[in-house]
Amino acid sequence: MNVLVCVKRVPAVAGKIMLTADAQEIDTRYLGFTISPHEECAVEEAVRLVAAHGGSGVVLTLGPPAATEQLRDAMALGLDRAVLLETDGREWDPMATAAAIVDAVRAERAAGVEYDLLLFGNEAADTGDYQVGIRVAHALDRPCVTGVKALEVRDGRVVAKREASGGWEIFEVALPAVLTVKEGLNLPRYPSLPGRLRAKKKAIEQIAPQRSGGGLEKARLKPPKERGGQVEILGRGPEAAARAVEIFRALGVL
Amino acid sequence: MILGVAEHERGRLNERSLEVLTLGRRLAHRLGLPLHAVLVGADAEPLVARLAPYGVAVAHLVQHERLDEYAPAAWAQGLVGIIEAERPQAVLAAGTDRGNEVMAHVAARMALPMAANCTEVEPGERYRVTRLRWGGSLLEESWLGGTVKLLTVAPQAVPAEEAPVLAPAAVKPVTPALAEGDLRVRVTARIEATRGGISLTDARVVVSGGRGVGSPEGFKALEELASLLRGAVGCSRVVTSQGWRPHADQVGQTGTRVAPELYIACGISGAIQHLVGCKGAKRILAINTDPEAPMVARADYAIIGDLHAIIPALNAEIRKANADQPPR
Repeated sequence: MNVLVCVKRVPAVAGKIMLTADAQEIDTRYLGFTISPHEECAVEEAVRLVAAHGGSGVVLTLGPPAATEQLRDAMALGLDRAVLLETDGREWDPMATAAAIVDAVRAERAAGVEYDLLLFGNEAADTGDYQVGIRVAHALDRPCVTGVKALEVRDGRVVAKREASGGWEIFEVALPAVLTVKEGLNLPRYPSLPGRLRAKKKAIEQIAPQRSGGGLEKARLKPPKERGGQVEILGRGPEAAARAVEIFRALGVL
Repeated sequence: MILGVAEHERGRLNERSLEVLTLGRRLAHRLGLPLHAVLVGADAEPLVARLAPYGVAVAHLVQHERLDEYAPAAWAQGLVGIIEAERPQAVLAAGTDRGNEVMAHVAARMALPMAANCTEVEPGERYRVTRLRWGGSLLEESWLGGTVKLLTVAPQAVPAEEAPVLAPAAVKPVTPALAEGDLRVRVTARIEATRGGISLTDARVVVSGGRGVGSPEGFKALEELASLLRGAVGCSRVVTSQGWRPHADQVGQTGTRVAPELYIACGISGAIQHLVGCKGAKRILAINTDPEAPMVARADYAIIGDLHAIIPALNAEIRKANADQPPR
């Protein structure tokens, strides 16, 4: 089966987020980049599906030229090919992003490549728009299951599970389909050195996408209100235990 | 009018919907417009009475024999029918899995933009919305266009508040025209959770471990502490990516959001992705060797030192306290 995985390059933030002076972007001068956690699982799943069913796994991103780094990371895990929808680095809104991905999938189809499965992360770590996969599925007239945390492909169908209040919901759809997945679907592997070397040699197809649509326009970024207050140090080491238990009692949890 | 989507399942209203209606009512009030609600699927009528105190003038009930189970595209199609017939200025749903999903389907079908997880909304020709980035570690102010403004409301961003004027809501049943394609994706089966013990989301105390716990075995002491406090065990992302704990235990942006009375963070440095998962906690106790760790700075209480010595001491102290007290 042929699987296309769509990923997004995002800053690898961990501590406090610093903004640029114009509050348009995160200050990434001291940060590395990665792909969103949900998408790491999407890449891993694509590698597993292609290993189990044959076919080919392709990774696609819309982003600046530097996003080739994330495409190579995905190929190092075992995907065969990469497509970069190259932008000047400015953000594209989810409508424009989805339209560019749809154009790319249609162009691949015209070139004879049909994808059985399109995998997305449920939402990007940074913008959290929750809609790109659904928009792509609608434009291509394919069924879309979101929030997938377990899946099985057999006999041209995919059975997908997602968490719902107090348990799991099961969906079953025919391929070709679109799935948006969540972290927890699998435990992504680390790339091997031979995998990294192979990925280095692979060509990345670069496309200049048409920017269309839109309607959600970022004005600025700002930090949220911080939870105020001072931290009370109860003590150092095991001798702080008695004071902690007093606090537990005061909070009514003991 | 302003239209709010009220989520419900098996006769129970999702409380997040009341937050949506509260924001919707404020918006409607500012614009001098009525607030309508929409409920999709069977068994919705008895819930209308719960919506009226939130200022809902009309409740549209989307009913169809094929809507007995959740089907996102069909739900969206039901909404599209109402939007086309009633021309609301804005449609609001909860920023839940279902709310975001259904609204995205509506946006795709109507070729409209959509803003997910908004915390504030300023009406205008284009709406000025504030919404979550990085799960809430950052906020974004954006302009939302479109002939109908589609947005979802971040959970717990707007406390649910009843309206002072009470009037019964008019009920308007609607039968949507569904195509077979709208029903390709629907819940075909359910598996009820059989997880023993207290769930992370319901626990009054969550004892969470990070890299500092050091190994899967290291969690034994945390499990004991959780059990003594009748709580649940959580962990940070690094722990699940090491394979020490199942992903179901992960607290954070890509795991579970918890809101306990007390969150005990053991050996967790406090990456922003983790902090958004526990910011709903009323109180946080951090146990960490590093007094400068972000988790310590964000906590209400901290014990500085090695958790491997501190947690067994805590457990012993609690057992002693319990022995001194008659059982409750």
